[in-house]
Amino acid sequence: MKVELEADKCVASGQCVLAAMDVFDQDDDGIAVLLDERPADENLDGVREAVAICPAAAIRLVDQ
Amino acid sequence: MRRIVVVGASAAGLAAAETLRREGYDGTLTLVGDEPLAPYDRPPLSKQLLAGEWEPGRLDLRTPDDLAGLDLDLRLGVPATGLRPADTEVDLGDGSSVPYDGLIIATGVRPRRLPGAGGHVLRTLDDAMRLRERLAPGRRLVVVGAGFLGGEAAAVARRLGCEVTLLEPAPVPLAHAVGARVGEMLTDAHRERGVDLRCGVTVTEVTGHGVRLADGELVEADEVLTAVGSMPNTDWLVGSGLTVGDGVVCDEYCGAARDVCAAGDVARWFNPLFGRSMRIEHRTNAAEQGMAAARNLLRPEARKPFAPVPYFWSDQYDMKIQAYGYLRGHDEVAVVEGDVAERRFVAVYRTGDRVAGALAVGVPPRELRRWRQAIATGVRWREAVQIDAVAN
Ligand SMILES: Cc1cc2nc3c(=O)[nH]c(=O)nc-3n(C[C@H](O)[C@H](O)[C@H](O)COP(=O)(O)OP(=O)(O)OC[C@H]3O[C@@H](n4cnc5c(N)ncnc54)[C@H](O)[C@@H]3O)c2cc1C
Ligand code: SF4
Repeated sequence: MKVELEADKCVASGQCVLAAMDVFDQDDDGIAVLLDERPADENLDGVREAVAICPAAAIRLVDQ
Repeated sequence: MRRIVVVGASAAGLAAAETLRREGYDGTLTLVGDEPLAPYDRPPLSKQLLAGEWEPGRLDLRTPDDLAGLDLDLRLGVPATGLRPADTEVDLGDGSSVPYDGLIIATGVRPRRLPGAGGHVLRTLDDAMRLRERLAPGRRLVVVGAGFLGGEAAAVARRLGCEVTLLEPAPVPLAHAVGARVGEMLTDAHRERGVDLRCGVTVTEVTGHGVRLADGELVEADEVLTAVGSMPNTDWLVGSGLTVGDGVVCDEYCGAARDVCAAGDVARWFNPLFGRSMRIEHRTNAAEQGMAAARNLLRPEARKPFAPVPYFWSDQYDMKIQAYGYLRGHDEVAVVEGDVAERRFVAVYRTGDRVAGALAVGVPPRELRRWRQAIATGVRWREAVQIDAVAN
């Protein structure tokens, strides 16, 4: 599974970081940064939570 | 449960529908929305979309493939007109009815209007496109209400070269929500950018040529935007027996009745973290509450109280405003970092003896996380504010 982030949609809410610390971080402007494009299985639930909760619909988890 | 109906096809409703599927619900899932469009996002309406930076397609919350993957019985462009809990059916505007075993209400809010005719409101993509067509250099725009929505629209209209008058009944914008000091800072920000902000004025009527004030003065404009708050979309629930009072009244599990939950802007629920009932019109809350309501509906035996720290952001001019917690009705504000006048600061809000909220401008969000944490764990005001003084 691969994580896709559209950084120009991001509104810096930090919800993704709360949901999956090992996969997302924020830069100084708050814009999300992808730490791990292909997260380990144990992090996938957190990523799914981030996809669902991101207020900008900026994150996708794609099957590849 | 074999039949779940979600009414309201926007942020909260979509989050609920997705959560149901993610949690393994494989029965019929009906999503009803009165707007004809696939679920789209609202915050950009007063920002990138109004500014002409984004076109409508960018606002789609999901791709057609993602939506198709949810295997929805999707009813768009048709409103729910009634709820009959005794028959466990929802009535729709096209004359049909949908039976349910579980129901999630996510019908959001609509703008409050003022007496008179003409003028704009800003809630839907249609509203935003209509207003956007009218904004051009030299056009005169009056914005009634200097809340976050009015403030954002004023900022965008200035950037587009409009002459903007912003009318606000309170002495400074948003004082009741964020306190006088932040309100004064917003006042300065508007005036610096050439917005004619007039506080302490009451608009009584929108006319074809502007607005009428309580003292009789006519403020002329080419376009008027009314941004004076909103009302929960609960009319369709009249006669349903559900308790409605500034929103669908829910318990701490987002439950409104047996097998009926509510989420998002329309829901007034008891937030145990703050020990009070609240209705939150924030984008992140819509998704979080949609998820929580879906889980509790699906697994009543394992339901969890919905006890979030609300989060809100607003973009105005070059400022990003971020706020955590529940700021309304606070007893005290302390600036714990930076300087409000420089528009780089963290202000924290005391309610009773605890930290209830934090608002920041121009501060890396990472530095806000510990304040979010302090709110989430109910840290005492004295401890939090003193620790902070030492840390700085
Ligand atoms: C212009 C604008 C800018 C915003 N900016 C921000 C921001 O910067 N930050 C932030 O945190 N929040 C912001 N918000 C608030 C945020 O968009 C809302 O909190 C969020 O959209 C709420 O989602 P919801 O699904 O609960 O309600 P809504 O988005 O209102 O969705 C409810 C849906 O239900 C439909 N509906 C209503 N009645 C019926 C019925 N009887 N039958 C069927 N369907 C019905 C409505 O048409 C609507 O599509 C903004 C809102 C607006 C309008
Ligand atoms: S949750 Fe979405 S909007 Fe918030 S920081 Fe992460 S990517 Fe950005």
